[in-house]
Amino acid sequence: MTGHVAAAEAHGSLKGYVTGFVLSVVLTAIPFWLVTAKVFDRPGVTAAILLGFAAVQIVVHMVYFLHMNAKSEGGWSLLALIFTTVLVIIALSGSLWVMYHLNTNMMPPMHGGTMGQPDMRHMP
Amino acid sequence: MFDTLDAPATHVPERRFYIPVEHHPENGTLLGFWLYLMSDCLVFACLFAMYGVLGRSYAGGPTGAELFDLPLVAVNTSLLLLSSITYGFAMLEMQKNRLRGTLGWLVITGALGAGFIGIELHEFAHLIQEGAGPQRSAFLSSFFTLVGTHGLHVTFGLVWLATLLVQLIRRGLIEANRRRLMCLSMFWHFLDVVWIGVFTFVYLMGVLP
Repeated sequence: MTGHVAAAEAHGSLKGYVTGFVLSVVLTAIPFWLVTAKVFDRPGVTAAILLGFAAVQIVVHMVYFLHMNAKSEGGWSLLALIFTTVLVIIALSGSLWVMYHLNTNMMPPMHGGTMGQPDMRHMP
Repeated sequence: MFDTLDAPATHVPERRFYIPVEHHPENGTLLGFWLYLMSDCLVFACLFAMYGVLGRSYAGGPTGAELFDLPLVAVNTSLLLLSSITYGFAMLEMQKNRLRGTLGWLVITGALGAGFIGIELHEFAHLIQEGAGPQRSAFLSSFFTLVGTHGLHVTFGLVWLATLLVQLIRRGLIEANRRRLMCLSMFWHFLDVVWIGVFTFVYLMGVLP
């Protein structure tokens, strides 16, 4: 009997789904508003805030829709998730970092521009 | 050596086995499916990394700010988010052993998913018609690959959902169908998680200067 109660809890409740949905709507609406209303002048600030909202919303989905917690499947699904998150962060940040430096440092020298600092004014 | 074997049975303590937790045989399937989703997550991570690297290489072609129709993306996002909660309602009906309710919410989920795919195909057709097809620039190639892969996943989710509807109608809420419904639930919510990344990273950040 206790097993059934635990299983029912693990697969969510009406309150959990509604909470997750309301949080998701708020966390989706604010980023769209930030971009369409052009709240911040600097795009870098907006981008950073957008990524923050996305990260929070992903956690909300994981908890309220995918019912992720330390106990499900004896902790193995959380462990797999953490491992995947680490890999995703390495793949994303590594690719962006390497390719950014490849772009800035290995631009073919044009009109006698130096290797390290290509002069953008001479670019076509 | 034989003394121990010949010892009277009364001296041997009775063996007892304890199972501390109840075992669910379907747990293996759910964990396995979760591992599949995690590997799928890595596929999307590679596509996101590709878009991150190439997303601003316009090759003199149209930019994201010129192409993306944010109100349409907002509608699409709402459809997918709504389909997530309606699938949740289907799961709640399943827990209460109500077949009709489960079927009803699943049909609504499928309709919302089909609406999402319809709008996305309309957007793709519009872009290709404008000459902004995947061969136009590296930005558009990576855009079509990333968003198209997500759309393909949703399409397969719809096929799966239609198959499950038939199985539910024919067999009812049997144990196997419950397990399948739980796997599709994880798949469907996972696709919504990926879409958070798409609308943030591709559409919203794409229109920023």
